[in-house]
Amino acid sequence: MTALTGTGALLRLALRRDRVMIPAWVVGSASIALSTASGFRSLYPTTASRLEFSTTIVHNGTLEALYGPIYEPGSLGGLVAWRALCIIATLAAVMSVLLVVRHTRADEEAGRLELVGATAIGRRAPLAAALLVAAGADLLLGLLIAVTLPGFGLSGAGALAMGAAVAATGLVFAGAAAVSAQLMDSSRAANGLGIGLIVAAFATRAIGDSGIAGWVSWLSPMGWAERVRPFAGERPMVLLLAVAGFAVLVLAATLLVSRRDLGAGLVPPRPGPAHAPASLQGPLGLAWRLHRTQLLGWSAGVAVMGAVGGSVARSVNDFVGSSSQLEDVIRRIGGGRTLVDAYLGTVMGFFGLAAAAYAVLATLRMRTEQSAGRVEPLLATAVSRRRWAWSHLAFTLLGSAVLLATAGFAIGLGDGLRGGDLGGDLGLVFQAGLAQLPAAWVMGGIALLIYAAVPRRAVASWGVFAFFLLLSELGPILRLSGWVTGLSPFAHVARAPGSSLDLGPVLGLVAAAAVLVAAGLAELRRRDLAV
Amino acid sequence: MSAAISVSGLRKSFGHIRALDGLDLTVETGEVHGFLGPNGAGKSTTLRILLGLLRADGGTASLLGGDPWRDVTALHRRLAYVPGDVTLWPNLTGGEVIDLLGRLRGGLDPQRRARLLERFDLDPTRKGRTYSKGNRQKVALVAALASDVELLLLDEPTSGLDPLMEEVFRACIAEERRAGRTVLLSSHLLAEVEALCDRVSIIRRGRTVDTGTLDDLRHLARTTITAELAGVPAGLGDLGGVHNLTVDGTRVRLEVENDRLDAVLHRLVDAGVRSLVSRPPTLEELFLRHYQADSAPAAATAPTG
Repeated sequence: MTALTGTGALLRLALRRDRVMIPAWVVGSASIALSTASGFRSLYPTTASRLEFSTTIVHNGTLEALYGPIYEPGSLGGLVAWRALCIIATLAAVMSVLLVVRHTRADEEAGRLELVGATAIGRRAPLAAALLVAAGADLLLGLLIAVTLPGFGLSGAGALAMGAAVAATGLVFAGAAAVSAQLMDSSRAANGLGIGLIVAAFATRAIGDSGIAGWVSWLSPMGWAERVRPFAGERPMVLLLAVAGFAVLVLAATLLVSRRDLGAGLVPPRPGPAHAPASLQGPLGLAWRLHRTQLLGWSAGVAVMGAVGGSVARSVNDFVGSSSQLEDVIRRIGGGRTLVDAYLGTVMGFFGLAAAAYAVLATLRMRTEQSAGRVEPLLATAVSRRRWAWSHLAFTLLGSAVLLATAGFAIGLGDGLRGGDLGGDLGLVFQAGLAQLPAAWVMGGIALLIYAAVPRRAVASWGVFAFFLLLSELGPILRLSGWVTGLSPFAHVARAPGSSLDLGPVLGLVAAAAVLVAAGLAELRRRDLAV
Repeated sequence: MSAAISVSGLRKSFGHIRALDGLDLTVETGEVHGFLGPNGAGKSTTLRILLGLLRADGGTASLLGGDPWRDVTALHRRLAYVPGDVTLWPNLTGGEVIDLLGRLRGGLDPQRRARLLERFDLDPTRKGRTYSKGNRQKVALVAALASDVELLLLDEPTSGLDPLMEEVFRACIAEERRAGRTVLLSSHLLAEVEALCDRVSIIRRGRTVDTGTLDDLRHLARTTITAELAGVPAGLGDLGGVHNLTVDGTRVRLEVENDRLDAVLHRLVDAGVRSLVSRPPTLEELFLRHYQADSAPAAATAPTG
């Protein structure tokens, strides 16, 4: 029996378990490329219109930082690659991390791997099967992009390069997740490290592409994907970087897996206190223990990224120079009085999305607790369901507030220190951060209601979140009407500090969040609550 | 004595699966009540309804004089629950979980906690994710037994415990009974139930099929008799209530329903008894009778109480 015996059987098991998730993720991600191509084709049918559009982008550092540089401004393919490549590559990376961790560390943690491992299964077979599943899904996504994009009149070579770039990014992060699953002794931590690496890679690329130092982008797998340059004189050799990275990471994971015990991480467990501290008094004390690492990690990440984002705000003016016509365009996009405000508003929007993602994550913790069977003993004590739910909702509502306050403070500090008007800017930017809060609360309320009504489908909350993201991403491209894009709570957030803070939408969102939370709690009180 | 738990006609379905189908259960205050049934009979569902985690579709349930669905927190201050499959928070130590659950119930006796930790030989400084199944079970047991409550709801509490620890558990339950607490012990370990319980309810497919003291249950069941006789017995097979009769020369072996015991003994005495062994039914036999009926419903001819 070799270390890989049984990989085939495990692979079939994994595919059976993922028969919904993989196709949904692959088709969903590929459809972004298709809808972008179809949207851009009708919005900018001529080379002249495309060039005009590209000029505005090139001079707005924010959009280049977000999506990367435009390598071929006049062609439809160049625009599609610019707008969609980085997003799809990120989605492929997230898919790879979730898949690999799900079939390695998560199974190990749940004890399923022990059951399987006692059969004729090689030591490395679970890891190999997980990597094959993730790699297969990545290649499928790449293939789908490669064969469908030519349907919009784009070049076959470019489509192939774009698909390959997406798949290669997914592969790198599948390798990273394989290592992460060996280092961390819980699936939460393994997923956390994997997603953290994706965020770091995205941020590294964004810093490089914002025009400060282009070489920085070469440190990031996302940067490699862009530099394959689909539809802009393809450079397939760059793909070798990703393949090499994948190989090195897989090798590292393979070495690690034969050096540790089943169920153990690399850090041996230490004994803890024999008695509970006074802070572990009630459900809220318990929730703090369950949420604190996550909240502190997110806060630290937001603080660093906010400080970086804030400190480059003043340079936006340098990019634009003296073109008053361009200033006008950018102000209309960002909705601000000054270019810096417009930039800050856009950046704050990203942190608003991050806070909303955190709100969903914190709310869905209830589902994790329930399905793990840890709620039952808790509710068998004198804790009511309402009190238990509020202990987690406190983190949904206050945790997202902490994140946005941190973001506002960090951005304001970064910007103010560079600009010399610390007091004035800090207050404004801080306010702008908190203006994002009601949308995050609405997202948390939606997650609560979905969890309460259909606990087994609670993950659908992420689907709703992705749908809102797509609405704001594709709404303008597909020229969707206002009421459709208005379904998303993020459409109602003020683009502060540029535009003034209207109380109406804020109160509307807060009221919507309150209704959602009340409905969720009522549903939770009504239904059966068992594993 | 008033009933600590009183359940009648309880019904609960999950989709098309009927988990409880008119279940009755009465647990008197101060007794240790065995709740027996094969896997999937509805024991855990009943306990979850009593804990207010599930809402019954029909029937009535009352717990310590209250409504288990409505009066959740007030009732839960007065009871402790040990699930059959304990999962702990991976980053909390066993000691922290014991204290937390105790505090949430409204208090925990520190001396009893220390004594129980010692008796169960449990290290409270280890993190939840490093405990074995048996040790996780001990954490929940210590948390429940160290709290000052009137009622203990135990759902197969000894699964995963080694025989030594099972002995400790039995001693603890015996002490609880002396202290006047009520215990509902769901189990399929018959020796455990036989050793601990005052009264027993056997359930099958969501219904109570037998309930009473062990003596009551035995009374309704058959006694096994093996006898060595002076002569060949006559007419034993014609007597009503005799089952599984085997006659091998002067050796006789039979099972007889207890209300027909008298007639059988007369026939045996008539033939001259040299030696006689009579054995009351074990709980296992009582249980298996229902259990086998469960797997072969068409052959369910056994008389039930």
